[in-house]
Amino acid sequence: MNETTGGVDEGDPGLVKKFMFVNRKAPYGTIYALEGLEVVLISAAFDQDVSMVFMDDGVYQLVKGQHTKAIGMKNFSPTYRALEGYDIEKLYVEQKSMEARGLTEADLLVPVETLSSADMAGLMRSQDVVIDF
Amino acid sequence: MLHIVNKSPFESTTLESCLRIATNGQGDVLLLIEDGVYAVTKNSVAGNMLHEAMKDVKVCVLWPDAEARGIQDRVLEGVKMVDYAGFVDLVAESDNVQSWL
Amino acid sequence: MKFGIMINEGPYTHQASDTAYQFVQAAIKKGHEIYRVFFYHDGVNNATRLTEPPQDDRNVVALWSKLAEEHGIDLVVCVAAALRRGINDDNLASGFRISGLGQLVEAGIQADRLVVFGD
Repeated sequence: MNETTGGVDEGDPGLVKKFMFVNRKAPYGTIYALEGLEVVLISAAFDQDVSMVFMDDGVYQLVKGQHTKAIGMKNFSPTYRALEGYDIEKLYVEQKSMEARGLTEADLLVPVETLSSADMAGLMRSQDVVIDF
Repeated sequence: MLHIVNKSPFESTTLESCLRIATNGQGDVLLLIEDGVYAVTKNSVAGNMLHEAMKDVKVCVLWPDAEARGIQDRVLEGVKMVDYAGFVDLVAESDNVQSWL
Repeated sequence: MKFGIMINEGPYTHQASDTAYQFVQAAIKKGHEIYRVFFYHDGVNNATRLTEPPQDDRNVVALWSKLAEEHGIDLVVCVAAALRRGINDDNLASGFRISGLGQLVEAGIQADRLVVFGD
């Protein structure tokens, strides 16, 4: 019980749901990616089955070499590398979104699993809660 | 799975991305709301794309949004019209729901 | 069925809050339960009691307050998102409460469906 989790007791055993956070927006231009990441980090405290998907412009959240000093905003891209420490290890990118942007896994900050649209569809269909940011 | 799209297909690629996923499905449902309703316009680029997708996906449109935008007489054949109660039913009947924001 | 609702845009600029309101009304009318409405991102702006829309326009904030009063709906505003945007207990409209993001995750766990309204 603490302020961050809203006084919710995270220790409710038994109820484990599949949460998927779908990131479809680029960082910095809007706040969705940053505040979305805050939700993901909190969800880790609830011992749920969490996956993160990056598709469309969301893949830009993961590209290496982000330097934000000159725009006066915090570079939050290192947080993606810290996700492993929160036991959030299921990161997926959609192949079509990567190809359309000329990106490969080597361009990304963290190890991800690249999925075809069909496999992504299957994964989405298996979720209990899907939240897009 | 129920997919909800609220963006005009002429401004955003959200509908395209959604269909890329939804058309792989087994009986997925697409509900168009807010500016997303423009996609059901007959004889439009988006309407043609949607027509193609309808082989795979059941397409519904939130009627109050379509009427508000004056497209109620130009709706593609085969699109199901729902009101807010119908929207609630679609969510309840689907195993899960994704709003494509 | 138990519904959780998430609203990610403020009133007026975007239709998200209006659509969510109509959805919640329809769900209640059909006998469903609204487990919680969670306000995030600019959605926290739905909770300020300082809005004064013109007479001939709907008052989105007041509509939510009234719904909470009539049906006992739990309207929760994310504390981090709210403080970032100047929403606090001093300007919070009636029926809303400020709490943490865990309330959203909990709604996802406890509700049968979580429906998100945003941009």
